[in-house]
Amino acid sequence: MGVEAQNPAVVEVTDAKVHFGAVKALDGVTIRIAAGESVGLVGHNGAGKSTIVNIINGGLTPHTGSVSCGGARIERYGIAAARAHGVRCVFQELSLCPNLTVIENTRVMHRGLRGFGWRKRAAEVISRSLDSIFPGHTIAPDATIGDLSIAERQMVEIATAFSTISTPVKLVILDEPTSSLDATLAAQLLAYVRVFVENGGSIILISHILGEILSATDRIIVMKDGKVVTEKPSSAFDHHSLVAAMGSVVKARDAAPARVKVNGGMLLLSAPPRRGKGLRFNAYAGELVGLAGLGGHGQTDILLDLYLSKTGNWLRNANAAVTFVAGDRSLNGVFPLWSILKNLTIANLSDLSPRGMVNDGREEALGTSWKERIEIRTKDMDNRILSLSGGNQQKVLFARALATSAPVVLMDDPMRGVDVGTKQEVYAIIRAEAAKGRTFVWYSTEMEEVSLCDRVFVFSEGVIVKELTGADVTEENILAASFTGVAA
Amino acid sequence: MKLRLSSDTIRLIIPALSLTILLISVFYLQPRAMGYLGLNLLFNLAVPIALATIAQMLIMTVNDLDLSMGSFVSFIACVTATFLQSDPAIGVAILLLAIAVYAGLGVLIHVRDLPSIVVTLGMSFVWSGLAILLLPAPGGHAPEWARAVMTSRPPLVPMAIVASVIIAMFSHFLIMRSSFGVILRGVGGNARSVERAGWSILAARAATYALAAFFAILAGIALVGLTTSADANIALRYTLLSIAGVILGGGEFTGGRVSPIGAVIGALTLTLAGSFLSFLRISSDWQIGAQGAILIVVLGLRLLLNRMEKKEKRA
Repeated sequence: MGVEAQNPAVVEVTDAKVHFGAVKALDGVTIRIAAGESVGLVGHNGAGKSTIVNIINGGLTPHTGSVSCGGARIERYGIAAARAHGVRCVFQELSLCPNLTVIENTRVMHRGLRGFGWRKRAAEVISRSLDSIFPGHTIAPDATIGDLSIAERQMVEIATAFSTISTPVKLVILDEPTSSLDATLAAQLLAYVRVFVENGGSIILISHILGEILSATDRIIVMKDGKVVTEKPSSAFDHHSLVAAMGSVVKARDAAPARVKVNGGMLLLSAPPRRGKGLRFNAYAGELVGLAGLGGHGQTDILLDLYLSKTGNWLRNANAAVTFVAGDRSLNGVFPLWSILKNLTIANLSDLSPRGMVNDGREEALGTSWKERIEIRTKDMDNRILSLSGGNQQKVLFARALATSAPVVLMDDPMRGVDVGTKQEVYAIIRAEAAKGRTFVWYSTEMEEVSLCDRVFVFSEGVIVKELTGADVTEENILAASFTGVAA
Repeated sequence: MKLRLSSDTIRLIIPALSLTILLISVFYLQPRAMGYLGLNLLFNLAVPIALATIAQMLIMTVNDLDLSMGSFVSFIACVTATFLQSDPAIGVAILLLAIAVYAGLGVLIHVRDLPSIVVTLGMSFVWSGLAILLLPAPGGHAPEWARAVMTSRPPLVPMAIVASVIIAMFSHFLIMRSSFGVILRGVGGNARSVERAGWSILAARAATYALAAFFAILAGIALVGLTTSADANIALRYTLLSIAGVILGGGEFTGGRVSPIGAVIGALTLTLAGSFLSFLRISSDWQIGAQGAILIVVLGLRLLLNRMEKKEKRA
């Protein structure tokens, strides 16, 4: 009782159970978030992280179990009640209105902003919040969200969640907050999280970057199959024990692939130096080529240019030379209204339609074979794509690209926000495909992925500044190159 | 220092430019139109179209489309020329009921997740039917006050221009500047995020539809004020005119990207295009085609501008 009184729970979810049809998303979860603590939430795809987050932010009512705030049980806990109790959420997929300005998005989040002069007040609130979290940012409050880069949008979203008008912010749920931020911005955010917690706020941090979880939280809750399996202070975990607790079978780091000798292969892709500066880009058959550097330094642009250089033609080529795996799933990856099967086979329809009509049998066969190969977790490939978790949606997008006959696969940071287990599965697929002679050009913001590559081009300010091969592909070298800028 | 234009301003340039060019051409062809009376004659039929365009724009703000706009304005015109003139109390009650029906349509579309096109297409037959019941043959009388407002002669600037400016300013304030308008546009931009912030999308949709009905009612009254009598088919072409006006004015079908000032300019441009073609002595057989050609030219210009804007952003 004494402890309870000293450190009251901001939010407490007791024995929550949620099921979608036959699938148990949550099977009796109890979570208590005290004031002034930072809690990490980790687990695989479908472990129930998003579900518990949705319960805490009021978007979902558990079928059994209860939610209480500040010790008092709340009967009709919903979005409005959650917000009234100071619960805010930064969602994994960006959720701002792209047609509105930064100020107007702030207004959407805060009911209190109205009446005469609301714009001015909103501008003050959001600028203050942005300044304190990301000092040195260059976002104008009257900029339209659609004109901002992904990283800037994420910054705005985070700043909006931490901004206060009338109800004080007590708990902020950060769901993959750093997925679009580069290392510097991520560090600024994590530093702010510490300050926020020291001042009595609470944080729930969900991240696939285990280093972040370990360094930025006081306590880690590990979930698996809709249950809490372990709950310990962060200091009691390290990288290995955390991965082990999640039940991931793959050893985290020492699973680096045997490097293949590549230069014997055929030159498949090349591009002149970007903006007339820096190094040439080239890629040989059977190679894993990494594009590294800080986020948003021209890696996506070169991928798009490479893609358009091979496909930008009004007449469709029967055998495409390149295929693309998009990073922003919701924007240019999935067809949200289509089934999993249709999403998977869209890139391959010409092979499945011998006389201009889609052959259902062959389409289904293709779907079934890929479902097994990459283990898409669904009972029925005719389910809507959105019924899958984010990681599984991404697997479908991979299958879509791999099912084509294109010898080159371009990947635009496709593992954003995908959990560790799924990643390892996809890495294995990529390695297997590369061994068969496919070439992968892989932009990734994560060092772990970059270090899987045979050769890495490091980008800075839109230009390739460094080419690293084999054993030289190390975090140190990449970081050093990212921060040097263009020499020429 | 480089001058940065906001994307909203760029959006407005094309409609404003096309209206100016069209106006100059009309003045060149018919110098007598360059005066108080001439301007009023050129533009007075644009007032109801501008109001209907704003109504359509509101619906498009929440990513819907209203295919019953023309028949609804016709119905309102018939109500105005009959009940509103003879028994104002009943007339007002009917108008309030119409607003409630529109709000109900918004609720229905949202709750049942129906395509607005289907629902409003169905409603267009209902409104047409009601209009024919009210006025089986053209007739009725405009209420005195509507007639007085529409034929008033303010000093210096003709009524049509004053009314257009007021409509543009008022709707701009309501949709673009007020905190209420932000929510409406937010629903068009990303309904989920608005919902997550604790707003009721249902209420926002109902409010949008009700507001659209209000503007459409003003359009009907203004139309009868000009024509003095009504007819069940009086405004059928408003459906397409209003959609074209919104698009011409820089709005888009989805994503909550709209511009009330642009919409009013779009409505003026469409009206002027008709007069322009008459001044050119193009036979009425060709006029609709020529009007379409003008639309295509203007929209082509806008695509070009969008492309330039994108390129600039990438560089």
